[in-house]
Parts: sequence; structure tokens; C-alpha cells
Amino acid sequence: MIRTLGCSALSVVFELGEITVFGLGAVRGFFLQKRRLSKLIVAIHEIGVRCFPIVATVGLFTGLVMGLQLYYTLVKFGAESALGTAVALSLIRELGPVLTALMVVGQAGSAMSSELGFQRNDEQIDALQTMSIDPLGYLVGPRLVATLICFPMLTAVFDLVGIFGGYLTGSLLLNVDAGVYWNRVFESVTWADVQGGFIKSLVFGLLTISICAYRGFNTHRKASSPGVRGVSESATRAVVWSSVSVLAADYLITSFLL
Amino acid sequence: MDPFLKIRGLKKHFGENRVLDGIDLDVAAASVTTIIGKSGIGKSVLLKCIANLLQADAGTVELDGKAISQSRRRANSDEGVTFSYMFQNNALFDSMTAFENVALPLREASQLGKAAIKERVDEMLAHLELSDSAARFPGELSGGMKKRVALGRALITKPQVVLFDEPTTGLDPERKFSVFEMIADYRERFGFTALLVSHDIPEVFEISDHVAWLDAGRIKFFGKPDELNADAQSALSGFLSKANYGRKKSPQHGVA
Repeated sequence: MIRTLGCSALSVVFELGEITVFGLGAVRGFFLQKRRLSKLIVAIHEIGVRCFPIVATVGLFTGLVMGLQLYYTLVKFGAESALGTAVALSLIRELGPVLTALMVVGQAGSAMSSELGFQRNDEQIDALQTMSIDPLGYLVGPRLVATLICFPMLTAVFDLVGIFGGYLTGSLLLNVDAGVYWNRVFESVTWADVQGGFIKSLVFGLLTISICAYRGFNTHRKASSPGVRGVSESATRAVVWSSVSVLAADYLITSFLL
Repeated sequence: MDPFLKIRGLKKHFGENRVLDGIDLDVAAASVTTIIGKSGIGKSVLLKCIANLLQADAGTVELDGKAISQSRRRANSDEGVTFSYMFQNNALFDSMTAFENVALPLREASQLGKAAIKERVDEMLAHLELSDSAARFPGELSGGMKKRVALGRALITKPQVVLFDEPTTGLDPERKFSVFEMIADYRERFGFTALLVSHDIPEVFEISDHVAWLDAGRIKFFGKPDELNADAQSALSGFLSKANYGRKKSPQHGVA
């Protein structure tokens, strides 16, 4: 039992090390590539632009639900005027970075893992190697660098749309004074809160995209079965492990930030 | 005279399965050498070890007297790369047109300018009779056209050695002959050394200078196609008769 646990823990640590080396190699490889800007623009489109609608939609509904839930909780204590504070801080500090990361994993991470898995099975990655093109720098590097740009921006979109959603339910539906709502938002949110949220979004972005790319890129080594099943297994595991890693990293970062 | 490509004691195993068990092979410059053998015997593994796509457990691969690791340093020069590899399933990028696929190695790994790349790729596509399909994606091309695009991509960097992994898989007999003709034609035109894995016996012998028979992890026969008959090894005779060599022998090798 203890031996099994120890082996599992060691393999997780080993894999984390591999993912770190993989990610660093990809970023290094990217800066050695030619035509970096065009590759970066494609990756930003893939991760940022394509994920924008889903992130904005989920942000809006999260804000709407939070407006409802928090209003009925705060009203019990006669503190409904604190709705703006509660919605804004919850979103900026916690829910914004976490839910944005989970949405991007579902939208871009799974697609990336499947694409890389297919490219591995189709020997396209080997083909790059035979052409003296670094597959890591060419395929993964631009996506990781794009992550550094897109994740904070998507998180900011999520936060803003969510706060607006809280306003819609709080002020338009439940009659909390709009001036009070927005005043509380501006009063309570500090630069440190925004900074903390952005730090989380950067860490989550690098973690999730590295894990998804690593799983897809190494489909031939990591999946238990070859071919299409291997690709689907890689994509599934990529999503699961990315999601778990976001929540685990969230706890760690929050405990350091608070 | 020293061989251009010299392989000594190459070993590769996967778990308990010893696929390559000490391969020794000499390939002359600007020749076509075909590796034959049963399916799953390790022919593609051998090519991948030569191309450094797989790490061999032991052994050396020398090109023109230098270890492969040294010769790969020249890979980014405009004078031509060391190795090119034509994959069994072509390994073309679906999201790129035929032109972009052929241009990829030049765009990403050479110092050539945009105009020079376009000129060279247009020339290659014209040679391959693909000029009209330059803007089409692999999904819009026939099997034979995809092979030609893959061949164009393999040759565009003017490689010294081209490794062909079953280049005629999935093609009809007419297309097979045209691919073999293309390889022979381009070998003459560009002067590369070709190492080819094929199951198309005896058709492939038409373009082969030498044949190497891989069995049980070793090269058991190496010689000219004409010497295959004279070889007394019963196992090789068995393999060739199963491959219908006796019945299908080409005119060049004397019809039975």
C-alpha cells in the first residue's frame, strides 16, 4: 500500500519535472524559430480569440448567478449594499482566473492535445524533425508564449463581464442601488487584488497549456493504446489533469497571497 | 573505396523484443539500396535509427566518414541538408497547401529569401507536374499526388541521403511504377543516395543498385538484385518465393 502510494507520488513528481522541461524547451525553441510573429498571431487567435465568446458567456452567467446568490445571503444580514464588493472580489481574486482557465482548457486545451496527438500518430512531428525544424519550438512554443498574453486578458474579460452580470441581477432585478453597487466595486477592489488574479491566471495558463501540449505531443509514450484511441485518451487526460492542476495551484497560490 | 553511408553494429530493442541486433550495412554514394524483409521485422525502425528519429541502443552511423551527430550540424546550411525522409503515409500538413508543404523546410530551416524559396518550390512543383495543384490542400489531392508532394518536400532541401519508408504503399501498380521511376529519375538529377524500404518485389529491383535482406535483426544478404537467384540461403529463397519473386521476376532479371 505504502509502496504503491510512494510509486504514484514519485511518478507524479517525475511527470511534473518532465512537463517543466518540456515547457521550458518549447519557449526556448520558440525564440530560435523564424517568423515568430506570424506563429504567435496564429496561436493568439487559437487561444485568445476563439476562447473569447465562451469566456465572456460563462463570465456573464457566473456574475448573474453570483448576484442572485450573494444578494439573498447578504440581505439576511441587512448588508445587500455590499453586493458590489462581494461580487467583484470573488470574481477578481478567485472565480475569474479559475473559471477562465477551465474554459480555455475545455475549448483550446483539448483541441490542442488532440491536434498534437494526431500529428504525432501521423508522423508529422517526426517529419518536422527530419526537416531540421524543432517540433517543440514550432508547434508548442508559440502556444505557450500566446498563453502569457491571452490568459490575463481573458481573465480580465471574465471579471468585467461577471461584475456587469452581478449588476444586472443586483440592480436591475433585485433593486440594489446602481450607484451603491458600482461605488462598492471601485472602493473595494485594490491593485493587489487585480495583481493576485493576474498572477493566478499566468500560472494557470502555463500549467494547463503545458499539460495539454505535453499529453498530445507524447501520445505515443503516454497513451495506453495506439491510434485514435490513444489520441482521445491523451485529450481526456489532458483536460482532467489540467483541471485538477488549476484547482491545486489555486489553493497553493491563494495560501501564499493571503 | 569507403562507403558513403556506413552502419556498424546498430542495435535497437523495445522491451524484450530485440528488433535490430547488430546491423552492418554499407551504402555507396549516389546509389539506391533497397531493404527488404517481412512486415514488422524492423525495416522502418532501421531507417528511423539512421535518421535519428529513434535512439539506437548501440552502434554507429557514419556519413562520408563522419558520425551522424557531426554531419547533422550542416543541416541548416543552404547547400543541402544531410538527410531527408519520405514517410509511408506522407506526413503532410493538412492545414497547408501543396506549395506550403514543399516550401516548409526552406521557410523554417534555411536562410533563403522569400523570392528564392518561391522560385525553387515552383521549379520543384513543375518537375513533379504539380504546378496546377500548388494551391490545393492534401485533402484535395489524390494518393499519387500526395506522394509527389511528399517527394518534393523530401528533395527540396537537396539532401545528401533520402530515406524512403515504403513510398508506394496504397498505390495501384501504375502509380507504383511512376513513383519508382520518379525516385530513379530524381536520383540521377540530384545525385542523392537513396535507402529504400519496400515490399514491392520484384518491381523495386528495377531501380535498386543493391538489395539488403533484413531478417532476425540482422542483414542476412547484401548484394545486387541479380545475385538474389545465386544466393543459396534457403530462408531468403523462402521469403522471395512468398513474395512471388520467382513468378513475377522482371525482364531485367530474367523471366522464369
